[in-house]
Parts: sequence; C-alpha cells; structure tokens
Amino acid sequence: MELLMSIVIGIIFSVTIYLFMSKNLLRVVAATLLLSHGVHLLLITMSGLQRGAAPILSFDADAYTDPLPQALVLTAIVISFGVTAILLVMSYRTYKVHKTDDLEELRGSADE
Amino acid sequence: MNNIVILPIIIPFIIGAILIILYKRHAVQRVISGITMLILLAFSVFLAIYVYQHGTVVLEVGGWKAPFGIVIVADMLSTLMLLLSTLVGAACMFFAFQTIALDREKQFFYPLFLFLMVGVNGSFLTGDLFNLFVFFEVMLISSYGLIVHGGTGYQLRESFKYVIINVFASALFVVAIAWIYSIVGTMNMAHIAQRVAELDQAGALNIIAIMLFIVFASKGALFPLHFWLPKSYYGPPAAIAALFGGLLTKVGIYAIIRTFTLIFNHNLEFTHKGLLITIAGVTMFIGALGAISQFDFKRLLSYLIISQVSYMVMGLGIFTPLAVAGAIYYIAHHMIVEPALFLFAGVTQKITGTTDLKKMGGLIGTHPWLTWMFFIAAISMAGIPPLSGFFSKFPIILGGFEAQHYVISGVALLVGLLTLITMMKIFSQVFWGKQKHTEEQGKIPVGKLLLPILPLIALTIILGFAAEPMFTYSMGVAEEIMNPTNYIESVLKE
Repeated sequence: MELLMSIVIGIIFSVTIYLFMSKNLLRVVAATLLLSHGVHLLLITMSGLQRGAAPILSFDADAYTDPLPQALVLTAIVISFGVTAILLVMSYRTYKVHKTDDLEELRGSADE
Repeated sequence: MNNIVILPIIIPFIIGAILIILYKRHAVQRVISGITMLILLAFSVFLAIYVYQHGTVVLEVGGWKAPFGIVIVADMLSTLMLLLSTLVGAACMFFAFQTIALDREKQFFYPLFLFLMVGVNGSFLTGDLFNLFVFFEVMLISSYGLIVHGGTGYQLRESFKYVIINVFASALFVVAIAWIYSIVGTMNMAHIAQRVAELDQAGALNIIAIMLFIVFASKGALFPLHFWLPKSYYGPPAAIAALFGGLLTKVGIYAIIRTFTLIFNHNLEFTHKGLLITIAGVTMFIGALGAISQFDFKRLLSYLIISQVSYMVMGLGIFTPLAVAGAIYYIAHHMIVEPALFLFAGVTQKITGTTDLKKMGGLIGTHPWLTWMFFIAAISMAGIPPLSGFFSKFPIILGGFEAQHYVISGVALLVGLLTLITMMKIFSQVFWGKQKHTEEQGKIPVGKLLLPILPLIALTIILGFAAEPMFTYSMGVAEEIMNPTNYIESVLKE
C-alpha cells in the first residue's frame, strides 16, 4: 500500500512541477493546490498506513492508528486552504490590473 | 509563572482580532496598536531579563506532557530574538503612523501587522517542529497581505512571485516534517534532537538536514534562493519593507541556527563546515556585488540584506563558541541597523519623492540631522569601530581565522570593504553633491519621522560602546545553544 501511495505522490509532484512551469497564472495557482495535496498524502503515508483500528490508545487495545499525523494533516489542509484563497484573490487582482494572465508579460521591464 | 511565555503570541493575536472589528476607526486603531507594541516591547525586555537570571522557561500548552503536546520554550536565544523583533516592530509601527497613506491604513493594515508579529514571535518561542511550520504560515500569510497592501501594479506583479516561492518552500517544509516523523516518530524538537543523537545522524537524516536547510534558506534569502528578495521588497512602503528586512529573513536564519545547533550537530564536516560555509561565502559575495551595481535606494538595501545575513550563517558554520557568539551579536546589530537604513530610505523618499539615487543629491544642505543620523547607521553597517558593526564582525572573522577557514574569512573581509563602498555610494549620491530637490521639498520637516529611528541609532552606538556586556551575553547564548543537553533536559524534564 505504501509503495502504491509513493508512486501516486510521485505522479502528483511531477504534474505539479509541469504546471508550475506553465505561463498561465491560474495554472500556477492550480499547481500550488495540487502540491499541497501531494505533501498531505506524503505526510499521511510516511507515518505508516494502518487499517482496522481506531486512533485511540488504551491499555487493553492490541492495535491502534497513530493519531498525530492525522492531526498534522488536518492543520496543514486548513492552512493550504487559506493560502489558496489568498492566491486566487491575488491572481484575480493581478489579472484585473495588468489585463493579462501570461507570466511572460508579467516579468517587469529590464531596467528594474 | 510559566504561563507568561505565551503572552507575546496571545497579546497581538487578540488585539489584532479586535482591530478587525474597529477597521473603520483608524485613529482608535493607531492608539491601540501603538500601545500594544509598547506593551510587547516592555514584556519582552522583562522576559529576556527573567530568562537570563532564572534559566530556560518551558510551558506545556494545555497541560500535555512534553514529547506529546506542544511546548513553548523561552531560552536565551529565543528571548533575544523576541526582544529584537518587538523593538523593530515598534519602530516600524511608529514610522508607519506618519508615512502610510490613509487609504492604505484603513485597509486592515494594523491587524495584518499584529498578526505578522504573532507569527514571528511564535516562530521564536515554539519548541515543536510542526508548530514552527504553523507559525511560519501565520507569519507568511500576513506578509502576503502586507506585501501586496495598497495593490499597485508593481506590487501585485512581484508579490505573486513572492507568494509562489514561499508556498513552494512551505510544501517542502511539510515534506521534511513527514520524513523526519517517519524516522524518529516525534515532533518535539528536544525529543527529535535526542533521537537523532541516538541514531548518530546517519543515513537519511543528512538528507532531511539539507531539506530543512533549503526551506529555511529560501525564507532567509541565501544563494541560490535569494533572487525573489530585491524585487519584492521594493514594492511596499518603507515601513513595511523595513519590517520585512528586519524580521522575515531573520526568522529563517533563527530556524537554521536552532535546527543546526540543536538537532543536526553530529556531522559537522558535512553540514556546517561544508554546506553552510560554502553557501554563506557565495551568498555574501553575490549580495555585495548586487548592492554595488544598484542605483535604487531600496533595491540596494535589499541586496545588502542578502550579503549581511550570510555573516550569521558563516558564524554558525565555523561552529566555535567565538564565531557563534559573533553570529548572535551580528543578528542583534543587523536587526537594528538594517530597518533603520530602510526607514531612512522612506524619509528621503518623503522629501524627494523618489528612491533613485541619481535623482537625489545635496540633502545635507537642507536636512543636516537626517544626514548625520544616516551617516552613523551607514558606517555602523560598514563595520567601522566603535559602532556595533565592527564588534559583531570581528569575532566572526577572528573565529574563522582561528579555525583555519582562511578562504571564507578573506571573503568576509572583502565583502566588508564592498559594503563600505556601497554605503559611501549612497552617502555621496544622496547627501553630497548638487541639490536636486526643490526649495519647497527642502523645507519639509522630518523631525517627527526621525523620532522612531532615533532609538535604533542610539542602540547601535550603545551596542558599540558597551560591547563588553553585549559580547558576554552573546557568549552566554552561544555556549547555551552549542550545548543542547540543557535545552533537551529543560523540555523533557529528565
């Protein structure tokens, strides 16, 4: 299971890098969105995937799932949600002000 | 008594939230946020003195025992950084009162400012690696708001790149956290340090060390991840640029110092003597060359940040008590002088209406006080005794020669010379020469603008003349962080 997840995460990361390289503003925003999904999957996978037990530790339980990575992932998801919202607003304003969504045209002049 | 260490995080958070409600009444916002910064400053002075006298203070948040819950740790390094950050924050806040345009001020400027302080103070105080990530994000999201604040075309264009680079770096941070969790199975930094020591930093742990270094280096603007800084710091007004120049890069440097003294200190030949010193040398040289080539006040200062932060990394890389003490001293010096220079750029912009060095000149004739205050800050930055710049560079370079790192020490001396050249370039272009601003502009009073800079200038003089007690203090910090058993024991209570 971990191996399959690792391959999936690898694919997500490569798609992310491809999207980051594109010239379109919205695609770059989509890249950050996908990147955050990739790292969240990585975080939950690296702590070991377990099935069939609740994340509750008690003395008479013979199996339990580590609850910490799930708490971490939940926090990270909330943060990336906020960042994505800010990014969308910023890219919309950039588009409104500069009348373009082509990053090549948003490079700025050479003498700056 | 332990509970007080969380106040530097809680106070700006609550006040910032209240200020969101009061966003229509900017006079009230000014008074409340100004008082808040002064309270924070007074409190961090108290905390620094308390920790110096009584040792490390640890708070287990919510009563969860140390390796399981989040801990807030105030040791000497944290409290020193906290003191400096609130000092810089207060100076920039009072400068912003007079320079930020009213329409900008009304758009949630003060809440964003205070939330940035939450993130910065939290990053300095936390003892949990994931919590460090959370406070980094709090700081970064507020900084996204502040850097684009005002929404001019230039700001939008460059801030987008700034945000993308930081989002990518934060994603790498989570990757590094995932890896470190899979190896040592804990998030508490003291506990991580203990387990990494048991594993002798073998195998994949070196890769994690480099991964964390990449993350913090991109926040701290070290080569080859420095390219975003000059353009994005040029956009916002001087008060915000000064705040960023003083605080944000130093949070990255603090995180490097914390992780590479506490956790990854078992493979010095590879991480410290190899990686850190090489990167520091290249960064300081490239930053200094960039600064020399610029003819814009704010951009020049931004390149100066890049070259100056690498002195701290160099001091850490040499890793002798003398050099690390120098790095600590250098952080104190830099966090005082660099914002002061940015604020001076704001003052000259207010007078002449430009930041282009070629369009300024002869300010000494109309504003002599401004000129001589800038002169003190400039020669302090260049490292002329008896100001703080000299006494902070001296131990680093002396430590370098003593540890037989001749190349990096030579580069550091050369960069000191280049810094002097850039400072003299600003001084001769802006203050000497023919007067290029009009007579009306020459009559603009700047006394009130200089008032928030005055404490910073006074401190660089004090840190220079009172080098002995400050150096003793830095030496104490260096010995404490180079001997992490104290930190680990006070957190894990063994």
